[in-house]
Parts: sequence; C-alpha cells; structure tokens
Amino acid sequence: MHYVQIIFTLAWRNLWRNHRRTIIMLAAISVGAWAMIFMTSLMRGMVNEMLRDGIRALPGHVQVHHPDYRDDPSVGNLVSLTSAEIDATLAGAGIERFTARIRVPAIISSERESRGVTLIGADPLREKSVAAVGSEIVEGRNLDGPDDGGVVLGRKLAEKLETQVGKRIVLMSQDPDNEVADRGYRVVGLFEANLAAHEEAFVFAGRETVQKMLRIDDRVSEVAVAGDDYRVVDALLAEVRVLMGKDDEVLPWTELDEYLGTMLGVMDGFVLVWVVVIFLALSFGLVNTLVMAVFERVREIGLMLALGMRPSSILGQIIVESVLLLVLGLIIGNLLAFASIIPLKDGIDISIVAEGMEMFGASSILYPEIEKSDVILANIVVLVLGFIASLSPAWQASRYEPVEAITKV
Amino acid sequence: MTAVRCIDLCKTYRQGDQDIKALDHVDLEVEHSGFVCLSAPSGGGKTTLLNAIGGLDIPDSGEVWVAGQRIDQLSKGELAAIRLTQIGFVFQAYNLIPVLTAQENVEFVMQVQGVAAADRRSKSQAILEEVGLKGLEDRRPAEMSGGQQQRVAVARAIVSRPALVLADEPTANLDSKTSDELMELFVELNNHHDTTFVIATHDQRVMAYAKRLIKMLDGRIVEDIEQRAA
Ligand SMILES: Nc1ncnc2c1ncn2[C@@H]1O[C@H](COP(=O)(O)OP(=O)(O)OP(=O)(O)O)[C@@H](O)[C@H]1O
Ligand SMILES: [Mg+2]
Repeated sequence: MHYVQIIFTLAWRNLWRNHRRTIIMLAAISVGAWAMIFMTSLMRGMVNEMLRDGIRALPGHVQVHHPDYRDDPSVGNLVSLTSAEIDATLAGAGIERFTARIRVPAIISSERESRGVTLIGADPLREKSVAAVGSEIVEGRNLDGPDDGGVVLGRKLAEKLETQVGKRIVLMSQDPDNEVADRGYRVVGLFEANLAAHEEAFVFAGRETVQKMLRIDDRVSEVAVAGDDYRVVDALLAEVRVLMGKDDEVLPWTELDEYLGTMLGVMDGFVLVWVVVIFLALSFGLVNTLVMAVFERVREIGLMLALGMRPSSILGQIIVESVLLLVLGLIIGNLLAFASIIPLKDGIDISIVAEGMEMFGASSILYPEIEKSDVILANIVVLVLGFIASLSPAWQASRYEPVEAITKV
Repeated sequence: MTAVRCIDLCKTYRQGDQDIKALDHVDLEVEHSGFVCLSAPSGGGKTTLLNAIGGLDIPDSGEVWVAGQRIDQLSKGELAAIRLTQIGFVFQAYNLIPVLTAQENVEFVMQVQGVAAADRRSKSQAILEEVGLKGLEDRRPAEMSGGQQQRVAVARAIVSRPALVLADEPTANLDSKTSDELMELFVELNNHHDTTFVIATHDQRVMAYAKRLIKMLDGRIVEDIEQRAA
C-alpha cells in the first residue's frame, strides 16, 4: 500500500518531465478518442435513423402472416383470424400499437399511365400507431377510416401517373378465385416518405373498401405490432405468438427484413473495428513514447532497484505512467467528443454532400447519437489495449540490472 | 558478532581478450560496529567488493555473509529486501532520482519501507540539517551542486539507521571542511548506534577516521591495519 503513493508520485513527475512529448501524446490520444466517439455517433445516428425509418416504414417490430404469404403475397394467403378477431385479441391483451392490413400487389391506372404497386388496405388510425409511411400527408387529407372510399398516393407516384388530388384512378388486383377485382377510387391525399421507393410503391385505401373489392370478407394479409424498443422484441414476439392462431407465422423485424436486421450487427462490428483501428495507430506512438522514456531512465531505474525497490514496483510505475497518460487523453477526448456532438443535436444538413442518400433510406439531415455502449467500448478498448501495449516496455524496465546502471559513469 | 564476512571471493571481468581479476581471493571479516576504510588505486576492486557485499553483484566464487546470513545465493527479490532493510548505500556514480526533491530522495528508502509520512518527514528534515542542507529540502538534484547532491545521498544512506552502511567515495565532491563534518557524523553514528561502516575512498582525510584501514591492489587485500579512531 505504501508503494502506491511513491509509484504515483514518480509516474506523475516522470510524465511531465518531457512536457513536449507528453503533450503531443496526449493530443494524439485525445484526438483518437474524439474521432472514435464522434465518428461512431455520426454513424450510429445515420444507421439508427435508417433502422427506425425502415421499421416504421411498414414492418413494425413483429408481424403475423399466413405461412406462405412471404413467398407469395397474394390474396390467397391470408391470416387465419379476421380483423375483428385480431383487434379484439390484441387490444384485449393490452397491446396498443398494432394494425391489421391487407397488402397485395395491384395495378394502378390513371387516365394516362399504369403502374404496378402494393395496395395497402388499412385502418388509418391503427396504421398511424405502427407505421410512418402514408402518415405524412402533404396535400389533401388522409383516409378517415377503414370504410373510406378514397386512396392516398405517394407524391412521386402521383407525378408518374400524372394525376392529382381530386382525380380518379383505378386499382386492379385478383380475388381469391383468381378473378379480376377492380374498383375506381378518388385520390384524396398525397404523402411523402423518407425513402423515395416507398412513395412510388405504396397505395393506401380503406381496409373495408379493399376487402369488398377483393371479396375477402373481413380477412387481412398482415398484422404488424410495435413494442417500445426495436432492439428488444423477444418478449413481444413470444406474446404475439401465443395470441395469434397456431397456423400463422409470427416473425420479428430482423427476420422479416434481413437487410435491416443485419445492418444492426454490421454497425456494432463496424464500431469495434473503427475503435481498434484508431487505437492501433495510437499504440505506435504510445509504445514508442514508453520505450524512449524507459530507455532514458536506465540509471535511475537501476538506482531504485539497487536501493531495494521491487522490480514489480518498477513495472507498476511504468504502467501507471502509461495509464495516467491514457486516462488524461481519454478524459480530454471524451469531453471534446461530447462538446462537438451536443451542438449538433439538431442535426447536420448533409444534403450537399449526400445527394441521393435518400435512395438508401437515409435522410439528408444527420442526427449524431451518442450511445453509452459505444462510448464505454471506445474507452475500454483504449485502456485495455493501452495497458497491454505498455506491458513490454514496463517489463523491460523491471529487468534492468541495478549494478550496471549505477556503476556506469 | 560479524557484520560482514567474505570468504575467498573472486570476480573476473572480461575486457576484450583480457581477463581482469576485480576480486582475487578476497577474505574479509568486518566486526559489528566496525569502521573500515577500503583504499586502493583506481581499478583496485573497491566498488566491486562493495557491490558484492551489498548483494548488487554476485561473485564468481566465494561466499558473502551479511549479519549472519549468507546472501550470495539469494534470489533478486530476497536481495532487494536485504538492501532495503539492512544496508544504507552511497554509490560512486549515480545516487539521486532526478524527479524527486532532496527531501523526497532522502525519504525514498523509508517510503519504500513503509514508514509513516510524519515520521519520514521529521527524520529527513533532521538529517538534512545535520548534513548542512537546511533550506535546500525542495531542490531537485539538477538544482544542487555535486557536493550538495553527495550529501543528500549520504543523508539517504543513514536516515533509516541501517545496521550497515556501504559508501563508495562519499566525500569525492566535498571540500575538506564538509568532509570532516560528514565523517564526524559517521563516527557518531558508529559510536552511538553501532552502525557498521565500510567506506571506499582515496581520501587520506577519510582514512584517518577509520578504525581499520584495508588496502587493496588489483583485487587483492594487501594490507589490513588496525588504527585508533581520530
Ligand atoms: N562491468 C565491468 N565490466 C568490465 N570490467 C569491469 C566492470 N566493472 C569493473 N571492472 C573492472 O574491474 C576492476 C575493478 O573495478 P572497480 O570498479 O571495483 O575498481 P575501483 O577500485 O572501484 O576503482 P575506482 O577507484 O576507479 O572507482 C577494474 O579493472 C575495472 O576496469
Ligand atoms: Mg569504484
């Protein structure tokens, strides 16, 4: 215990013996730590937003389908329960955010153009609690209930079809007997979405209206349920599995959209790689600094050993010196990172450099997100690897022969 | 009782294609509370002998006993513990830790020993005053003259009242008045605390204080004279 004080005193004084070298090293560690946290938070912000958008776009956190629906999303593969039963069951279990919808391929025709789209027969109020697409109405109005006879189109689709609010379009699909099912609708509203493709792909109409058109009574093709946190869906998944019919397939978003699902894992991996790569660059400077410091102090280290200090205390001294340097650098680096991220809370407009990013589901405003786990990871990587990197020079110092050090003139 | 006993010590260094016998069959016994001066021309083996006694260097052959314990076969850790607790050192070439002040250097050994801070403080201040360095407690080695540094080293060697003090040219950088004062301090410790001293020196003045003067040449003891302390 009494060693602790003298070790810290020596380590601290030695650290400041060569001001310039220490300050340069501190600057390197600080900038490294800053870069780790700052860049990670930008990437996190981007990916989290993509994920949240992607999940909110339509999937929800958990979905229920007919087992064949994902291979063949046609009107022949419907959920076994009716939407009335679904509403009653889920609401009865205390689940608040869910929606039962029809989702089938269809052709939409204006008087000028026809295009293939995905027709969503939705209950607009329930839909809003789970999904974002279709809810940002920029012209006209939203559907006002499952029995609404109008449609809401993406703005891009409306442009392609050369139609507008107030005009009529025709939607055409198949009924369960493979007969053509079609109906005319009036365009009541236009929506915008983060993802350009969504604006062109989805067409929203009232659920009951679509059910009538497709002649499927009160059946639906999909139930989407949302929980509180998209990272934690296991409990919700289990609950919904119990509530829904045994014949239906219940899956989490990570399996429904493998692209989004893997993105989360890829991002975690990326953070680790990024942090380790920066550390490796730093470690050369750190090890070099320590090797020089230890080499310069052959004589006094020998002297301390000659006076009876244990080699382990010499080892400790060099490691403490290195860890002090790392901790100081990390404190400065963390403060810098927070100081530079907090003013950017309201988002960074990257539309100039990132034109076309919207195609990939990223918005042109980037909101950096500091995730506790990323900050902890960065700090732990620097400390632990820094500690390991300083072991070798410290070990060398502790192996010095005292007699050589003190008799050399 | 014997403070130091060396039996048939040999130590050979290789320099180029030449073998240098730094210690050549040295037998030496120093009584508890002895006051011995080693005198030899440069290269005579004084430092080599002190290093062997202090457990800093292992002889090629022979035995070294300190305070009744054979030390030439001990591990590094055991040797370090003996140096820390039983021996005070003044080294010939390099003595002070540059980042510590005079007082901290004096306290260093006590601190490693685990002596309480207040105790360390009063002892180190008293000893610095005795060696004439009052007022210089907070100077770092680089801010002191060679003689002042030497006195700090001496103060550190004796501050924790070790049973044995090994001093290699402790007065090398001192004027005659200061060396006399230091030697008187040594004599007093020797008289009142039975501290054993083995001092390597070229300095006639220092030799005059010794109870026993041992002359070496080329690694051998050539003369062993009992003399009365001045
Ligand atoms: N590490 C070493 N390597 C090679 N030779 C050495 C080494 N240490 C000492 N010697 C040689 O051993 C002999 C004895 O050296 P030692 O240092 O003991 O002499 P000394 O009496 O202390 O001399 P001085 O009065 O100059 O300090 C010398 O010839 C010296 O050159
Ligand atoms: Mg010598």
